[in-house]
Amino acid sequence: MSAIGNYFRSIFSGLKTLFQGMAVTGYYFRNARKEIITQQYPDNKDTLRMYDRFRGIVVMPHDENNLHACTGCSACEIACPNGSIEIIAPRVVDPETGKKKKVINQHIYHYSMCTLCNLCILSCPTEAIVMDQTFEHAVYDRSLLTQILNKPGSSLNPNVKE
Amino acid sequence: MEETIISPDGTQEYFINMGPQHPSTHGVLRLVLTLDGEIIEKVEPHLGYIHRSIEKMCEKDNYRQIIHLTDRMDYLSAHMNNHAVSLAIENALEVEIPDRAKYIRVIMDELTRISSHTLWWGVMGMDLGAITSFLYGFRDHEYITEIFEETCGARLTMNYNVPGGVMFDIHPNFVKHVKDFIADFKTKLPEYDTLLSGNVIFLERTKGIGILTKEDAISFGVTGPAGRASGFSNDVRKKEPYGIYDQLDFKEILYTDGDTYSRYKARIDEMWESIKIIEQLIDNIPEGDFQAKTRKVIKLPKGEFYQKVETARGELGVYIVSDGKMNPYRMKFRSPGFSNLSALDRMARGGKIADLVAIMSTLDLVVPDIDR
Ligand code: SF4
Ligand code: SF4
Repeated sequence: MSAIGNYFRSIFSGLKTLFQGMAVTGYYFRNARKEIITQQYPDNKDTLRMYDRFRGIVVMPHDENNLHACTGCSACEIACPNGSIEIIAPRVVDPETGKKKKVINQHIYHYSMCTLCNLCILSCPTEAIVMDQTFEHAVYDRSLLTQILNKPGSSLNPNVKE
Repeated sequence: MEETIISPDGTQEYFINMGPQHPSTHGVLRLVLTLDGEIIEKVEPHLGYIHRSIEKMCEKDNYRQIIHLTDRMDYLSAHMNNHAVSLAIENALEVEIPDRAKYIRVIMDELTRISSHTLWWGVMGMDLGAITSFLYGFRDHEYITEIFEETCGARLTMNYNVPGGVMFDIHPNFVKHVKDFIADFKTKLPEYDTLLSGNVIFLERTKGIGILTKEDAISFGVTGPAGRASGFSNDVRKKEPYGIYDQLDFKEILYTDGDTYSRYKARIDEMWESIKIIEQLIDNIPEGDFQAKTRKVIKLPKGEFYQKVETARGELGVYIVSDGKMNPYRMKFRSPGFSNLSALDRMARGGKIADLVAIMSTLDLVVPDIDR
């Protein structure tokens, strides 16, 4: 094989593969409607639904009477690998039974230290905390990432069995 | 001042830093290159820019908590990393995990392998100057990420394995979505070949570049597709099957050239094999529990436990030394990226800087895996 022959052969095969590649691009250009996969975020913010299991942030649901299901048992605090949860639950005397029991005062959650591993949710015996599906959590001040999950004035739902 | 060596013809070799913030090192990896003109004389990797002491952190965590740290080593093989640690713990506890969990784990592992390889393919094209391939690769990567998100709740750091099985049962849509993906991906994978594998510019830049001989691959411990492209048969799924890999029909991809192109081909072929594995499993996921019962507080018996799995990059070994407490006495990961990187110098010597970029792409380095 002569060097000249090789030279031209490589030019032709180069052009051929170039056109083959362009054909793929051309296909997507022609079928842009069918093959579209991108989402127009943030324009679609109102309709965007994350999957139910998506782990965005740990929250504590409260019902309409400001009742939650957290007994202050500290299981989530122990399960958390990063120390993102702090439970302040002093023992107080129950006026009815006269026995001392833990009552949640503050469920402190440090979002900045959370790796969203889901272990706290799995460990909670009363399903008092769940993962929320929101994902826009940027704030201007780091201190805002520390949250108290039980709302002010809230109390334990009396139906919750410990 | 460093002494400079001036050769008789008046030229001198010089040093150049590639990284830590160089786009083609895919992370904070610093390479100190010794150059003679554009010819590479030596490559010296410097690590430590993303060291998070994961092994040390494991010592303070209990066995359930360790798993989520391994997501953050080789984040593109998160499921396999989880799987390795879970298996090590299960073997030590001698619990038998349900078949359903085994099936789910293997399907997830293979999906992860495909997603990792698609991303690698896109990035490899981009390293060599083909920007479009990145978009095509990412498209398929995202498809799998969505499947993960639906079932596991996270896109990258899934933390889906727990000692004894998997964290949740698969989502009701999982089987359908995986099947859709496989059907779709089978039409998309030939596109990869059209766009890159046959492209003359790509061939010129990869064929015969960065040759790693079989002997070198063995002595440096280069595993995964990179090692198999040199003819070093090392697929853990075949050699020491875990999960249900011994019941599956798939080939170990072997090439003998050991050049950049073989490593590229090995990964493309692996994706076809992974498709084959998923197709065998997806219709036959057995009913039953997805998790075996384990104690709330896991304590491993005294002793040493080792488990290896095949991640997208090669052989990942998990070594646990237990003194019978809630947390390991010592934890060590044998990461594939670290050993693969060690062979970089051997492969790049005598080549050009542009070749180094191609070689690094086919090694598929993930820096957090190298630098735990
Ligand atoms: S998700 Fe994980 S890291 Fe975050 S608070 Fe729960 S246990 Fe801790
Ligand atoms: S959130 Fe759940 S686990 Fe945590 S203290 Fe409250 S009840 Fe216990």
